[in-house]
Amino acid sequence: MSMISVRDLRKTFPIKRHRSGMKGSIASLFRPEYEGEFAAVKGISFEVARGEIVGYIGPNGAGKSTTIKMLTGILVPTSGDATVAGLVPWEKRKQLAQKIGVVFGQRTQLWWDLALIESLELLKHLYRVPEARFQENLATATELLGLGDFLQTPVRQLSLGQRMRGDLAASLLHDPEILYLDEPTIGLDIVAKAAIRDFLQTLNRERQTTVLLTTHDLDDIEQLCARIMVIDHGEVMFDGELNALKSRWGGRRQLIVDFASDPDADIGSISNGALEVTQIDGPRVTIAFDRDAISAPDVLGRAGAFGEVRDMSLQEPEIEDVIRRMYEGSVPIRT
Amino acid sequence: MRMYYELAKRSFQQQFAYRAATLAGLFTNSVFGVLLSSVYLALFWDQPANASVGGFTAAQTVTYTWIGQALIMPVIFWGWFLITNTIRDGTVVMDMLKPMDFFLYWYSRDLGRGAAQIITRAIPTLTIGSILFDLVWPESWQRWAAFLISVPFAITVSFCLRFMFNLWGFWMLDHRGISSLIIVMTGVFSGHLLPVSWYPPWAQNLINVLPFRSMLMTPVELWLGQVSIAQGLGMQVFWSLVMIGCCYVLLHYAERKVVVQGG
Ligand SMILES: Nc1ncnc2c1ncn2[C@@H]1O[C@H](COP(=O)(O)OP(=O)(O)OP(=O)(O)O)[C@@H](O)[C@H]1O
Ligand SMILES: [Mg+2]
Repeated sequence: MSMISVRDLRKTFPIKRHRSGMKGSIASLFRPEYEGEFAAVKGISFEVARGEIVGYIGPNGAGKSTTIKMLTGILVPTSGDATVAGLVPWEKRKQLAQKIGVVFGQRTQLWWDLALIESLELLKHLYRVPEARFQENLATATELLGLGDFLQTPVRQLSLGQRMRGDLAASLLHDPEILYLDEPTIGLDIVAKAAIRDFLQTLNRERQTTVLLTTHDLDDIEQLCARIMVIDHGEVMFDGELNALKSRWGGRRQLIVDFASDPDADIGSISNGALEVTQIDGPRVTIAFDRDAISAPDVLGRAGAFGEVRDMSLQEPEIEDVIRRMYEGSVPIRT
Repeated sequence: MRMYYELAKRSFQQQFAYRAATLAGLFTNSVFGVLLSSVYLALFWDQPANASVGGFTAAQTVTYTWIGQALIMPVIFWGWFLITNTIRDGTVVMDMLKPMDFFLYWYSRDLGRGAAQIITRAIPTLTIGSILFDLVWPESWQRWAAFLISVPFAITVSFCLRFMFNLWGFWMLDHRGISSLIIVMTGVFSGHLLPVSWYPPWAQNLINVLPFRSMLMTPVELWLGQVSIAQGLGMQVFWSLVMIGCCYVLLHYAERKVVVQGG
């Protein structure tokens, strides 16, 4: 059974015309004028099975947050269908709230004036979590996220990383089936990021919690998500395994060759369909090549004809490159 | 329900954290109480002891003044933008994603806050007033009870008013215009500026059909015995219910605006 099922989901926002002056703004209030529509999400479809961790990525303004808002029920789509944990989100928002956990990295669900522990206890009452279950979840979160040091601190005094860990713990007290994370690691240091990733992995392994994760941090993706969806301009550009994405869009590996002295100047002439000399920097030459067309030893062999090779290293395609290349080209691809 | 009780309890406790602010506020209330009482007593100076203006004797006017000062913080007659602020910074979305009633969420918090303010501000202010001036006290225990019951209703009507103009933030982020209008209206129509019976008849007729007087004038009249208990409390109950209804209607439209236009 799919945990999340989305079909032809679409959201357009009206573009309001801004009228100037006092009179204009009063007029806009009562009779707004619209100068068109903006499609933030343009008919996307996908399924997420129970227990999956899906990375939902794309450039700024791609429509990620808009999609998540629709799947929480806080935003009604212009057209299309979706069910989340068997419910249509925007028809059953309050009921769905009991089954989902949400973390918007830029916002908090904690109470600024209260100590973290008090916020968590209020949420316990709000979600009607049995005391024993609450204590158990709190203990897990405290251990894995290291909340112990700041449980008694008022939320307004927490650092960003501490607050985010608190928010994550808060979103999980009621054992949600699905967790939406919209940029949960934004602005965090490496230690905090690692703690959050470990926690999510544990949670997913032990409870089969389904996770839909939006991030600009590609390490998050590499470490957490077997499956990724890339969205741009409101359309799904790719939906599949991370490895498939890499080999499809980022087939080029890089061989960096260090010669004993500056190599023969026409080393550039070895470029062909399968490989390309992308950089010559004194004795260091960088050659990008297609993994399917030519092997690394072959590339090295050809370069070796232009001088004495002292050292070399091989670089796998960086996910950043892959994504950048996808964002630049705009052909939707599905697997 | 437990959740709303917990919310009320926490905002009740929270109010006791601001000790310096409480003392400073108490001082301000007392200064204003002394100032206004002195002005009114000067007005009544050459009048016989039982003379009254608009049904208020000198002692009753002074009592009215101190009740007004005492209820400023529990009831709140002006500026309150907690909900508008959450609309601005987006946390309102997180609140809408919780399995709770948005109105009751804020209402329970406000009742907790108001209850704490009765203890930290209203009772001390009235105590100071009664030490410095000869106040008139409710003439029976029924009147005492009626006054005490009327305070939560005053808070309720005030809260509904504040809730509604805060929700305006969903349509108009700049609330300064509408809130200064509401503040002036509240000050005049609640009877905080002057006792309602001192206004010209046409203004009294208008004020008597508006909810504002439930916030201060009705509690004062219940205290002083100027209105029957049934009528005073009846009006407050009526207005509380009407205002709560209005809050839910407005909330319905505000939620619809959020879910359709994305805030
Ligand atoms: N309420 C709204 N009214 C009008 N336009 C909106 C509204 N909300 C979002 N948009 C527009 O829809 C597009 C998608 O926004 P969205 O927030 O979903 O992007 P995103 O993928 O989350 O980007 P980011 O990585 O920057 O968070 C943007 O161009 C944004 O300006
Ligand atoms: Mg976003």
